[in-house]
Amino acid sequence: MSVIYVLWLRELRRYVRSRAQIVASLGQPLLYLLALGFGLGPVFQKAGQGSYVQFVAPGIIAMTVLFSSIFSGMGLLWDRQFGFLKETLVAPVPRIQVMLGRTLGGATVAVIQGLLVAVVAFVAGFRAVDLRSLPLALFFMALIASLFAALGTAIGSTIQNIQGFQLIMNFLVLPIFFLSGALYPLNNLPRVLGLITSIDPLAYGVDGMRTTLIGLSHFGLTADVAVLAVVAAALLGIGSYLFSKIEV
Amino acid sequence: MIRVENLVRKFGDFTAVDHISFQVGQGEIFAFLGPNGAGKTTTIKMLTTLLRPTSGTLQIDGLDPAAHPHEVRKRFGIVFQDPSLDQDMTAYENMELHGVFYHVPRKLRVERIELLLRLFELWERRNEQVKLFSGGMKRRLEIARGLLHTPKIVFLDEPTLGLDPQTRNQLWSHVKKLNQTEGVTVFLTTHYMDEADRVAQRIAIIDHGKIVAQGSPQELKQQTGKDSLEEAFLAFTGSTIRDESANVSHDQLKAMARMWGNRR
Repeated sequence: MSVIYVLWLRELRRYVRSRAQIVASLGQPLLYLLALGFGLGPVFQKAGQGSYVQFVAPGIIAMTVLFSSIFSGMGLLWDRQFGFLKETLVAPVPRIQVMLGRTLGGATVAVIQGLLVAVVAFVAGFRAVDLRSLPLALFFMALIASLFAALGTAIGSTIQNIQGFQLIMNFLVLPIFFLSGALYPLNNLPRVLGLITSIDPLAYGVDGMRTTLIGLSHFGLTADVAVLAVVAAALLGIGSYLFSKIEV
Repeated sequence: MIRVENLVRKFGDFTAVDHISFQVGQGEIFAFLGPNGAGKTTTIKMLTTLLRPTSGTLQIDGLDPAAHPHEVRKRFGIVFQDPSLDQDMTAYENMELHGVFYHVPRKLRVERIELLLRLFELWERRNEQVKLFSGGMKRRLEIARGLLHTPKIVFLDEPTLGLDPQTRNQLWSHVKKLNQTEGVTVFLTTHYMDEADRVAQRIAIIDHGKIVAQGSPQELKQQTGKDSLEEAFLAFTGSTIRDESANVSHDQLKAMARMWGNRR
């Protein structure tokens, strides 16, 4: 058994065992999906944009993947707190394998969470326009999950306390979400906002999801895949480097 | 096996380890004693690649931990002073993960896990999550896990803290056996002087980051003219009680973790 595999399995086991956490972490996306989906629905419809649930569901699925993956990466903070991190740090295995196992495990969990929200979206009336594009949508979820799990690991390797955690939440994770176009179309945005969204990696993830699921594209699929893949690779590199430098 | 020369580690203005030098020979059982906050754990962290020294030289089996961390990590096993188990995993899973980390072949792994879990009386509860265990059981599991692979050097950082005499006895007999049959070098710290006296062949006493005495238990007693190692220890280190400096962010995180109910 390889180290990457056992650490990946560990993340999955922890996920399956924390049922309360699964339910709790689905609360927020469901609220967004149902309250915003149906609440803003009439306005969206009046503006001639069609069904808002249909529009917002890919964004909410992407949001679920974002939150879940970035927090699983930052789960390092808890491993540091409860001491298990030390056990992995003194083990005679390359730290890059430890980092990869954790990150891929966190990314897998994030994709599962995203799929759960997708099922609820389906129940709420969301329909993908072309079923053949579902594998591609899953691929985008995996890209988003890997990118942000790596970012979470990079952050978890650097900060050591809970104040840092709040700071990251308010000044990084929430802006990434709100500026990604998950909740609103990116067309005709004010110039500055448009510029900011174009440097938000999640915007490309949401765009990819929306293109594959409802056929609505802003950046184009090639740009989406390219940006996500390059940023994910860069963050995996940075995350591995920072993880290899951890001292306890 | 272990060579330390003029080793220094500072945290800001505070010098935790102040120019210490000592050597541990191959197959030796070496006890590193000192009051709370004397620098024992900091020294162990430097020896086990978890901290970089501020200055001085360190060698484990001829290798510098800072320059060759991976090679050094292959050579030792450690039982930490603080908990280092995965609370959400079962006892068996914790053992198995450790076995994979240390490349213990599958067949041997299965055998040794059973042997050690039985030895420390955890076999019946091997499939329960560690967070349901009592403090003593967690401690026993940490020790069992630390002994799963047979390294060249074992670091035991206050392994018997909070254990009953039966378990302490089991631990030390097992450690002695490993030392005799497999020639494992043992580096231990403890606050129980009778244990050090019984198990260790050589002792170093550290206080305020400096080594104040070195020698066999017998020699230390002779140097101070005392009958017991405990009295000798007090003669070297005085009888005032030490405070360990609190780590603020660590404590806050702990409080937060409690609030969140061991979420991760």
